[in-house]
Amino acid sequence: MSTATAMMPFGDISSLEQRIEELEKQGKNAPDSNAISMVVFSGDLDKLLAAFVIATGAAACGMNVSMFFTFWATAGLKKSGPQAKGKTVVEKMFGWMLPGGFHKRKLSQMDMMGMGRLLMNREMSKKQVPSLSELIQIAEDLEVNIDVCEMSMSLMGIKPEELIDYPNMNYCGVARFIEQSSSSNTTLFI
Amino acid sequence: MTTEVSEERKIDLTGLKCPMPIVQLNKLMKELVGGDQFTAVADDPAFCLDVEAWCNKTGHELVRLDNSENQLVAVIKKKD
Repeated sequence: MSTATAMMPFGDISSLEQRIEELEKQGKNAPDSNAISMVVFSGDLDKLLAAFVIATGAAACGMNVSMFFTFWATAGLKKSGPQAKGKTVVEKMFGWMLPGGFHKRKLSQMDMMGMGRLLMNREMSKKQVPSLSELIQIAEDLEVNIDVCEMSMSLMGIKPEELIDYPNMNYCGVARFIEQSSSSNTTLFI
Repeated sequence: MTTEVSEERKIDLTGLKCPMPIVQLNKLMKELVGGDQFTAVADDPAFCLDVEAWCNKTGHELVRLDNSENQLVAVIKKKD
Protein backbone atom coordinates (compact mmCIF):
# COMPACT_ATOMS: atom_id res chain seq x y z
CA MET A 1 0.00 0.00 0.00
CA SER A 2 1.40 3.38 -0.96
CA THR A 3 1.57 6.29 1.51
CA ALA A 4 -0.87 8.38 -0.54
CA THR A 5 -3.77 5.88 -0.30
CA ALA A 6 -3.04 5.22 3.37
CA MET A 7 -3.41 8.93 4.12
CA MET A 8 -6.54 9.29 2.01
CA PRO A 9 -8.68 6.27 2.82
CA PHE A 10 -11.82 7.95 1.41
CA GLY A 11 -10.34 8.44 -2.04
CA ASP A 12 -10.64 11.76 -3.86
CA ILE A 13 -12.66 14.84 -2.97
CA SER A 14 -15.65 14.06 -5.20
CA SER A 15 -16.25 10.64 -3.63
CA LEU A 16 -15.91 12.30 -0.22
CA GLU A 17 -18.58 14.82 -1.21
CA GLN A 18 -20.79 11.98 -2.36
CA ARG A 19 -20.41 10.26 1.00
CA ILE A 20 -21.32 13.46 2.85
CA GLU A 21 -24.38 13.84 0.66
CA GLU A 22 -25.47 10.29 1.45
CA LEU A 23 -24.97 10.82 5.17
CA GLU A 24 -26.99 14.03 5.04
CA LYS A 25 -29.79 12.17 3.30
CA GLN A 26 -29.70 9.48 6.01
CA GLY A 27 -29.91 12.19 8.65
CA LYS A 28 -33.00 13.66 7.04
CA ASN A 29 -34.75 10.27 7.00
CA ALA A 30 -33.74 9.37 10.56
CA PRO A 31 -36.61 8.81 13.01
CA ASP A 32 -37.60 11.88 15.00
CA SER A 33 -37.32 11.23 18.73
CA ASN A 34 -39.86 13.98 19.22
CA ALA A 35 -42.54 12.18 17.22
CA ILE A 36 -44.84 9.33 18.24
CA SER A 37 -47.28 7.40 16.13
CA MET A 38 -50.08 5.12 17.25
CA VAL A 39 -52.30 2.50 15.66
CA VAL A 40 -55.67 2.63 17.38
CA PHE A 41 -57.42 -0.62 16.49
CA SER A 42 -59.86 -1.12 19.35
CA GLY A 43 -63.15 0.72 19.69
CA ASP A 44 -63.48 -0.19 23.39
CA LEU A 45 -63.91 2.72 25.76
CA ASP A 46 -61.01 1.79 28.04
CA LYS A 47 -58.59 1.33 25.14
CA LEU A 48 -59.68 4.58 23.50
CA LEU A 49 -59.16 6.33 26.85
CA ALA A 50 -55.66 4.87 27.15
CA ALA A 51 -54.86 5.90 23.57
CA PHE A 52 -55.99 9.49 24.12
CA VAL A 53 -54.31 9.82 27.53
CA ILE A 54 -51.01 8.78 25.92
CA ALA A 55 -51.60 10.98 22.88
CA THR A 56 -52.47 14.11 24.87
CA GLY A 57 -49.68 13.42 27.37
CA ALA A 58 -47.12 13.11 24.58
CA ALA A 59 -48.41 16.28 22.94
CA ALA A 60 -48.19 18.07 26.31
CA CYS A 61 -44.54 16.98 26.40
CA GLY A 62 -44.10 18.85 23.14
CA MET A 63 -44.18 15.81 20.85
CA ASN A 64 -45.75 15.52 17.42
CA VAL A 65 -48.47 12.92 17.75
CA SER A 66 -50.09 10.95 14.95
CA MET A 67 -52.94 8.52 15.59
CA PHE A 68 -53.99 6.05 12.89
CA PHE A 69 -57.54 4.76 13.44
CA THR A 70 -58.40 1.44 11.86
CA PHE A 71 -61.12 -1.25 12.16
CA TRP A 72 -63.23 -1.00 15.35
CA ALA A 73 -61.50 2.20 16.39
CA THR A 74 -62.84 3.86 13.23
CA ALA A 75 -66.38 3.09 14.40
CA GLY A 76 -65.29 4.40 17.81
CA LEU A 77 -65.02 7.88 16.29
CA LYS A 78 -68.68 7.90 15.22
CA LYS A 79 -70.89 10.57 16.74
CA SER A 80 -74.46 9.84 17.77
CA GLY A 81 -77.27 10.47 15.36
CA PRO A 82 -79.01 8.75 12.46
CA GLN A 83 -77.11 6.76 9.86
CA ALA A 84 -76.03 8.43 6.65
CA LYS A 85 -78.16 7.85 3.58
CA GLY A 86 -77.28 5.66 0.63
CA LYS A 87 -76.04 2.60 2.52
CA THR A 88 -76.47 -1.04 1.52
CA VAL A 89 -78.37 -3.43 3.82
CA VAL A 90 -75.14 -4.91 5.18
CA GLU A 91 -73.68 -1.43 5.77
CA LYS A 92 -76.83 -0.45 7.65
CA MET A 93 -76.44 -3.59 9.79
CA PHE A 94 -72.87 -2.54 10.61
CA GLY A 95 -74.27 0.85 11.57
CA TRP A 96 -76.80 -0.72 13.97
CA MET A 97 -74.18 -2.99 15.51
CA LEU A 98 -71.69 -0.15 15.91
CA PRO A 99 -73.75 2.78 17.14
CA GLY A 100 -72.18 6.23 17.41
CA GLY A 101 -71.66 8.36 20.50
CA PHE A 102 -69.03 8.00 23.19
CA HIS A 103 -71.63 6.86 25.75
CA LYS A 104 -72.16 3.78 23.56
CA ARG A 105 -68.52 2.70 23.74
CA LYS A 106 -68.18 -0.52 25.72
CA LEU A 107 -65.49 -1.51 28.19
CA SER A 108 -63.26 -4.37 27.03
CA GLN A 109 -63.78 -5.97 30.45
CA MET A 110 -66.51 -5.73 33.08
CA ASP A 111 -68.92 -3.89 30.81
CA MET A 112 -71.79 -6.04 32.12
CA MET A 113 -74.37 -4.85 29.57
CA GLY A 114 -73.54 -1.23 30.31
CA MET A 115 -73.52 -1.47 34.13
CA GLY A 116 -69.73 -1.45 34.34
CA ARG A 117 -69.60 1.44 31.90
CA LEU A 118 -72.02 3.48 34.02
CA LEU A 119 -70.03 2.81 37.17
CA MET A 120 -66.77 3.63 35.42
CA ASN A 121 -68.14 6.93 34.07
CA ARG A 122 -69.44 7.86 37.52
CA GLU A 123 -66.11 7.08 39.18
CA MET A 124 -64.23 8.97 36.50
CA SER A 125 -66.18 12.18 36.99
CA LYS A 126 -66.05 11.77 40.79
CA LYS A 127 -62.27 11.39 40.69
CA GLN A 128 -61.76 14.10 38.07
CA VAL A 129 -60.41 11.69 35.45
CA PRO A 130 -61.04 13.33 32.07
CA SER A 131 -63.73 11.71 29.92
CA LEU A 132 -63.18 10.51 26.37
CA SER A 133 -64.83 13.59 24.86
CA GLU A 134 -62.75 15.90 27.10
CA LEU A 135 -59.57 14.09 26.06
CA ILE A 136 -60.47 14.42 22.38
CA GLN A 137 -61.06 18.15 22.90
CA ILE A 138 -57.60 18.43 24.52
CA ALA A 139 -56.09 16.42 21.66
CA GLU A 140 -57.65 18.91 19.26
CA ASP A 141 -56.22 21.88 21.23
CA LEU A 142 -52.78 20.24 21.21
CA GLU A 143 -53.01 19.61 17.47
CA VAL A 144 -52.82 15.83 17.69
CA ASN A 145 -53.15 14.42 14.19
CA ILE A 146 -55.84 11.83 13.50
CA ASP A 147 -55.64 9.68 10.39
CA VAL A 148 -58.60 7.44 9.62
CA CYS A 149 -58.23 4.24 7.62
CA GLU A 150 -60.30 4.69 4.46
CA MET A 151 -60.49 0.93 3.94
CA SER A 152 -62.19 0.44 7.34
CA MET A 153 -64.59 3.26 6.52
CA SER A 154 -65.72 1.71 3.26
CA LEU A 155 -65.71 -1.83 4.68
CA MET A 156 -68.12 -0.90 7.46
CA GLY A 157 -69.96 1.65 5.34
CA ILE A 158 -69.04 4.54 7.64
CA LYS A 159 -69.46 7.93 5.98
CA PRO A 160 -67.22 10.90 6.87
CA GLU A 161 -70.27 12.89 8.05
CA GLU A 162 -70.93 10.19 10.68
CA LEU A 163 -67.59 10.84 12.40
CA ILE A 164 -66.90 13.43 15.10
CA ASP A 165 -65.92 16.92 14.01
CA TYR A 166 -62.17 17.12 14.39
CA PRO A 167 -60.01 19.63 12.50
CA ASN A 168 -56.82 17.60 12.13
CA MET A 169 -58.54 14.53 10.72
CA ASN A 170 -57.58 12.96 7.40
CA TYR A 171 -58.70 9.85 5.55
CA CYS A 172 -55.85 7.76 4.26
CA GLY A 173 -54.34 4.36 3.64
CA VAL A 174 -51.56 2.31 5.14
CA ALA A 175 -48.78 4.17 3.30
CA ARG A 176 -49.51 7.31 5.27
CA PHE A 177 -49.25 5.37 8.53
CA ILE A 178 -45.99 3.73 7.42
CA GLU A 179 -44.56 7.14 6.57
CA GLN A 180 -45.58 8.55 9.98
CA SER A 181 -44.44 5.47 11.87
CA SER A 182 -41.05 5.17 10.19
CA SER A 183 -40.31 8.83 10.83
CA SER A 184 -41.07 8.54 14.53
CA ASN A 185 -39.08 6.69 17.18
CA THR A 186 -42.08 5.20 18.92
CA THR A 187 -45.11 3.40 17.51
CA LEU A 188 -47.83 1.94 19.69
CA PHE A 189 -50.64 -0.47 18.83
CA ILE A 190 -53.75 -0.14 20.96
CA MET B 1 -60.59 23.61 37.54
CA THR B 2 -58.09 26.19 38.74
CA THR B 3 -55.50 26.89 36.15
CA GLU B 4 -54.87 30.60 36.52
CA VAL B 5 -51.47 31.74 37.62
CA SER B 6 -51.76 34.17 40.49
CA GLU B 7 -49.54 37.17 41.18
CA GLU B 8 -46.77 35.08 42.73
CA ARG B 9 -46.85 32.74 39.69
CA LYS B 10 -48.45 29.71 41.23
CA ILE B 11 -50.52 27.13 39.39
CA ASP B 12 -52.94 24.95 41.33
CA LEU B 13 -53.20 21.46 39.87
CA THR B 14 -54.91 20.00 42.92
CA GLY B 15 -57.54 17.39 42.15
CA LEU B 16 -56.38 16.87 38.58
CA LYS B 17 -55.58 13.37 37.35
CA CYS B 18 -53.26 12.16 34.63
CA PRO B 19 -52.74 13.56 31.99
CA MET B 20 -54.31 16.88 33.08
CA PRO B 21 -51.45 18.22 35.27
CA ILE B 22 -48.94 18.13 32.40
CA VAL B 23 -51.56 19.31 29.91
CA GLN B 24 -52.06 22.39 32.12
CA LEU B 25 -48.29 22.89 32.49
CA ASN B 26 -47.93 22.75 28.72
CA LYS B 27 -50.74 25.30 28.34
CA LEU B 28 -49.14 27.61 30.89
CA MET B 29 -45.80 27.52 29.06
CA LYS B 30 -47.38 29.28 26.11
CA GLU B 31 -48.20 32.27 28.32
CA LEU B 32 -44.73 32.56 29.89
CA VAL B 33 -41.43 33.76 28.50
CA GLY B 34 -38.04 32.03 28.80
CA GLY B 35 -36.54 32.28 32.26
CA ASP B 36 -39.90 32.71 33.99
CA GLN B 37 -40.18 30.71 37.18
CA PHE B 38 -43.36 29.41 38.77
CA THR B 39 -44.64 27.02 41.40
CA ALA B 40 -46.99 24.14 40.64
CA VAL B 41 -48.98 22.50 43.41
CA ALA B 42 -50.50 19.07 42.80
CA ASP B 43 -51.89 16.13 44.75
CA ASP B 44 -51.81 13.45 42.04
CA PRO B 45 -49.20 10.92 43.27
CA ALA B 46 -48.18 10.36 39.64
CA PHE B 47 -47.14 13.99 39.37
CA CYS B 48 -43.94 13.31 41.37
CA LEU B 49 -42.29 11.26 38.61
CA ASP B 50 -44.31 12.87 35.82
CA VAL B 51 -43.19 16.44 36.44
CA GLU B 52 -39.59 15.27 36.42
CA ALA B 53 -40.12 13.36 33.16
CA TRP B 54 -42.02 16.29 31.64
CA CYS B 55 -39.13 18.65 32.47
CA ASN B 56 -36.57 16.20 31.06
CA LYS B 57 -38.57 15.81 27.86
CA THR B 58 -39.43 19.47 27.31
CA GLY B 59 -36.14 20.95 28.54
CA HIS B 60 -37.64 23.18 31.22
CA GLU B 61 -35.76 23.22 34.51
CA LEU B 62 -37.11 21.54 37.62
CA VAL B 63 -35.63 23.85 40.22
CA ARG B 64 -37.16 22.13 43.23
CA LEU B 65 -39.61 19.36 44.05
CA ASP B 66 -41.04 19.02 47.55
CA ASN B 67 -43.13 16.01 48.48
CA SER B 68 -44.87 16.49 51.78
CA GLU B 69 -48.23 15.73 53.37
CA ASN B 70 -49.94 14.44 50.24
CA GLN B 71 -48.96 17.59 48.43
CA LEU B 72 -46.37 18.02 45.73
CA VAL B 73 -44.80 21.39 45.16
CA ALA B 74 -42.66 21.83 42.07
CA VAL B 75 -40.71 24.94 41.15
CA ILE B 76 -40.17 25.08 37.41
CA LYS B 77 -38.19 27.50 35.28
CA LYS B 78 -39.08 27.88 31.63
CA LYS B 79 -36.17 27.26 29.27
CA ASP B 80 -34.81 30.19 27.28
